[in-house]
Amino acid sequence: MSDFLRETSASAPLTNARPIFWSIKRELWENRSLYLAPLAIAAITLFVYGLSTFSLAPRLREAELARSQSIVMPFSAIAAFLLISSFLIAAYYCVDALNGERRDRSLLFWKSLPISDREAVLSKAAIPFVVQPAIVFLIALLTQLNMFAVSIAVLASHGISPARLTARVPLAQMTVIMAYGLTAHVLWLAPIYGWLLMVSAWARRAALLWAVLPWLVAMALERILFSTTFLGDFVKYRLTGAMSEAFVPMGNEDAILRVSELAPLKFLSSAGLWIGLVLAAVFLAAAVRLRRNREPM
Amino acid sequence: MAACIEARGLRRSFGSTVALDGLDLRVEEGRILGLIGPNGAGKSTALNAILGLTRYEGDLRVLGLDPWTQRDQLMRDVAFIADVAVLPRWIRVAQLLDYVGGVHPRFDRAKAEGFLAKTTIQRTSRVRELSKGMVTQLHLAIVMAIDAKLLVLDEPTLGLDLLYRKQFYDTLLNDYFDRSRTILVTTHQVEEIQDVLTDFLFIDRGRIVLDCSMEEFESRYAEVMVGPDRVEAARQLQPMRERKVFGRSLFLFDRVNRERLAAIGEVRTPSIADLFVAVLGGAS
Repeated sequence: MSDFLRETSASAPLTNARPIFWSIKRELWENRSLYLAPLAIAAITLFVYGLSTFSLAPRLREAELARSQSIVMPFSAIAAFLLISSFLIAAYYCVDALNGERRDRSLLFWKSLPISDREAVLSKAAIPFVVQPAIVFLIALLTQLNMFAVSIAVLASHGISPARLTARVPLAQMTVIMAYGLTAHVLWLAPIYGWLLMVSAWARRAALLWAVLPWLVAMALERILFSTTFLGDFVKYRLTGAMSEAFVPMGNEDAILRVSELAPLKFLSSAGLWIGLVLAAVFLAAAVRLRRNREPM
Repeated sequence: MAACIEARGLRRSFGSTVALDGLDLRVEEGRILGLIGPNGAGKSTALNAILGLTRYEGDLRVLGLDPWTQRDQLMRDVAFIADVAVLPRWIRVAQLLDYVGGVHPRFDRAKAEGFLAKTTIQRTSRVRELSKGMVTQLHLAIVMAIDAKLLVLDEPTLGLDLLYRKQFYDTLLNDYFDRSRTILVTTHQVEEIQDVLTDFLFIDRGRIVLDCSMEEFESRYAEVMVGPDRVEAARQLQPMRERKVFGRSLFLFDRVNRERLAAIGEVRTPSIADLFVAVLGGAS
């Protein structure tokens, strides 16, 4: 037994982490919009928010009197906006990830290196599943911290204690909520990313059309032939279901601001989550096979 | 000794087109082998099978591995230039070196830098900003810095001007080839590689039609330039092919005694290209 262990550990390639690490780095070199787009959104938001702080002090007093959430709204909105745009950027990335390398024939170069198709597809899948969410989380958090710091400075110049802002903007709780919401959404959207990667590996051209059009046509046909909307409801549930499955909204505010509104157990016991994850795994396995079989265009 | 490449009964068809029709092939270590054939003869399919880029039927072992199922392992010991324009156009030269160094256990970055130092390629340039010749130099620099056992070149000089083409093979021979490496090359510019090769294969319709070492080629085939008065005598010796150049007749002979040939005209070694036409031109 100990001999067996020694042997496997000796032959197990310790270098496996390096190809994946460099492949992910390579994806970031090629697709700079993965971080430049959220950075641009964050920069614009910060600028606009900075301009709006001139009226922050009177608005804070108003909000305290009316017990309204108006002060925290920009913080929550920037997080939501960055998160939604990150899903779009990731989806856009997936559509091209395995198509572009065949289109420009660079696939022949990538395949001349000792990286398996599984490693290549997994390092590409790591972008929407891990890397991009992590980048967006950091950017959103830094943006919020910046907005917070600017607000405190402006209020201090009016002689207002920072504690009054902290009472209105529960930054720590919001960070937990953001991390949770991001994770829940990525897991929930996993089959969509998987589907897009698979179509990207399969389609000769117009991968985006192949990824979207069949669904639209099927939905239209269902409506015309059966006057039902099962498929449309299914797609809508898959796109937006994470909100209803992973959260229990309380109160009638537009934003989720309390950790008690998170429902991880409900989310983990949702069949939709697990079915989606299984589908994502199937799609990724298919993408690996397709990358192996397809010749460059 | 185990062969570097060993194929038996290799078959592959695309729909009704048969690209490989039971191809047999054995390439020993340390050879520079030219794979020569007309368009559609199955050259690229054969190379793709050897590189694990396409599936096939039949037995194929490259460095003892099955290329289709073990491509990633195989690529530790195999380098290839599939054609000149496959380097990703968006990448910067320095990034390319970082990346290959990061993923390839046999890549010697200092060596690649050394080759690049002899060129005008800037580390900060993107591949798309380089000329076609420079991209080839870059790819060659990377491939030569990989300590591979087998190097596969598929039309490596396609679209390059004369200077780069000459330089390409000179660099390969002087700075890369040693007797332990094997090089497999396909090209339409046969005359360019005639002096480089140790062996060559003619492939046609998915089969090997001639497998010949250069020593064998030089001793076996002869081209004789014959004046008009000796044409009949030459024809009696059953030439493979006869053609006229500037009013004189050129005959290509296979395994005919040199002294008998010297009696009818001026004997010289033919070009592989002429033999190619004689072997394949008659068949089709």
